[in-house]
Amino acid sequence: MSITDFLADLLNPDLAFLPKALAIAVMSSVVCGVVGCYVVLRGMAFIGDAVAHAVFPGLAVAFVLQGSLVLGGAVAGIATALLIAVFAQHRRVKEDSLIGVFFVAAFALGIVIISRAPGYAGSLQQFLFGSITGIPDRDLYTVGFTGLTILAVVFLLHKELVAVCLDREMARSIGLRVFWLDIALYVLVTLAVVISLQTIGNILVLALLITPAAAARLLTDRLAVMMLLAPVIGGGSALVGLYLSWSYDLPVGGTIVLVATAVFLLAWLFAPRHGQVLRRWRESRARVGAEASQVTPAPVEVPERVMG
Amino acid sequence: MSALVVEGLDVDLGGRPVLRDVRLRVDHGELVGLVGPNGAGKTTLLRSVLALIRSRSGRVLVAGVPSRPGRSAVGYVPQRHEFAWEFPVSVEQAVLSGRTGRIGLLRRPGVADWRAAAEAIDRVRLGDLRGRPVGELSGGQRQRVLVARALALEPELLLLDEPFTGLDLPTQELLGDLFTGLAAEGKALLMTTHDLIGAMSSCTRLILLNQRVVAEGTPAELRDPQVWIRTFGVSERSPLLRIVQAG
Repeated sequence: MSITDFLADLLNPDLAFLPKALAIAVMSSVVCGVVGCYVVLRGMAFIGDAVAHAVFPGLAVAFVLQGSLVLGGAVAGIATALLIAVFAQHRRVKEDSLIGVFFVAAFALGIVIISRAPGYAGSLQQFLFGSITGIPDRDLYTVGFTGLTILAVVFLLHKELVAVCLDREMARSIGLRVFWLDIALYVLVTLAVVISLQTIGNILVLALLITPAAAARLLTDRLAVMMLLAPVIGGGSALVGLYLSWSYDLPVGGTIVLVATAVFLLAWLFAPRHGQVLRRWRESRARVGAEASQVTPAPVEVPERVMG
Repeated sequence: MSALVVEGLDVDLGGRPVLRDVRLRVDHGELVGLVGPNGAGKTTLLRSVLALIRSRSGRVLVAGVPSRPGRSAVGYVPQRHEFAWEFPVSVEQAVLSGRTGRIGLLRRPGVADWRAAAEAIDRVRLGDLRGRPVGELSGGQRQRVLVARALALEPELLLLDEPFTGLDLPTQELLGDLFTGLAAEGKALLMTTHDLIGAMSSCTRLILLNQRVVAEGTPAELRDPQVWIRTFGVSERSPLLRIVQAG
């Protein structure tokens, strides 16, 4: 299908669900891209995974009660995030084990709850893998409003979140409320996950959080640039992914994730400073240069490397 | 008034006594070395001064006032591995992050903050590298970033945790000169260290800690091998004692 056909379909009133799905996919990918930068830089991908699973019982309850999925998921995800943060204060059991305990428990609870609802098999698949049909208008506004709120909070708390990421002990010593900032970050991650569930699905949502931010990290050494690039990569992947999914009748969540993964791989290979290809090329050129001037070996410039 | 006074400090960690009846004082213009074996409670003492851990009893007064995180003008220089060096920030941003608490919630750094960060960077002589990502710095440069970050708060008291560990001798010397210079400006510095040679030569006073303050005094006053044997639990043949007596 050509781009013009895709645009025509987007404007076709009979296919009104398509622009809605596109709007939600792009908005949630942009938000996930921004929030994902903290997740990637703090190495808390596992927490993102946990939260994504933990929202499931909330979705199940909302489904059974015919309530708002976004709201139900948010409540369950935030509850689990709080539980992990509180239990993690006592260092007897490590955080990753706690996450292992709680997120599987939450997911199990979700499965039990949803099995009580009639005709759950189809909806289960929709939860797990995402879908572009059947999005109520209400969700469009909820996602838009929630997304803007998340971005505003990130903007307001950015310097505190960075200080905590850089050095928790120092952050504490200068009077920052590290515990509450952790909670704030968990809640932001949860909300970003919840608003993305509709199109991308429960299993794949982690990719929206991690992949664009990780690709952006490869492309730059500057935090501000990274936090602009990640949402661009995420939003772009959503747009291209939805187009491919619609053209070739592919599952939407999977297609978006694969597009984002392709961007990540390209960044890994061709990034200007950290990319594999250019690095190999620079190294081989340095070798050739050294061999050419073998008579008087020129000092090969070695970047001052890191210790400790 | 002393920059730091610790009185009768008892600290337990996990039900185990770590510090007992610790009394010490650090005055302006002093560079005090805190030495002792592993597990002697050196880092715990620094964290207690920062009021990051609760003490069983005793008091910590910074400039005459009980210590509180964010309120006391204490610059903290943690061990290098505490900092996330792979984080994509520049030297300048890392130093500025030291003022996050002072800038306050929902505010942007102002002129005073940028100026304090710039002066701190110049003070540790990293002016040429202020835009460099911190991940590309050497060990000694990283240590100087941490010192600059603490200095950005314009503190009267600096707490340094093992600043020399893992650094080569020229870098240790450069940092030692920096600390001596800061003390000469009237700052109070308390530094934990395992480098006894460096401590004997650059510190104005040493405190020997092993759960309690075993001894304290100028390097010249601490020639008696017995206090070192008691603090470190070494034998009389230990090369440590030769270092101490040579210093």
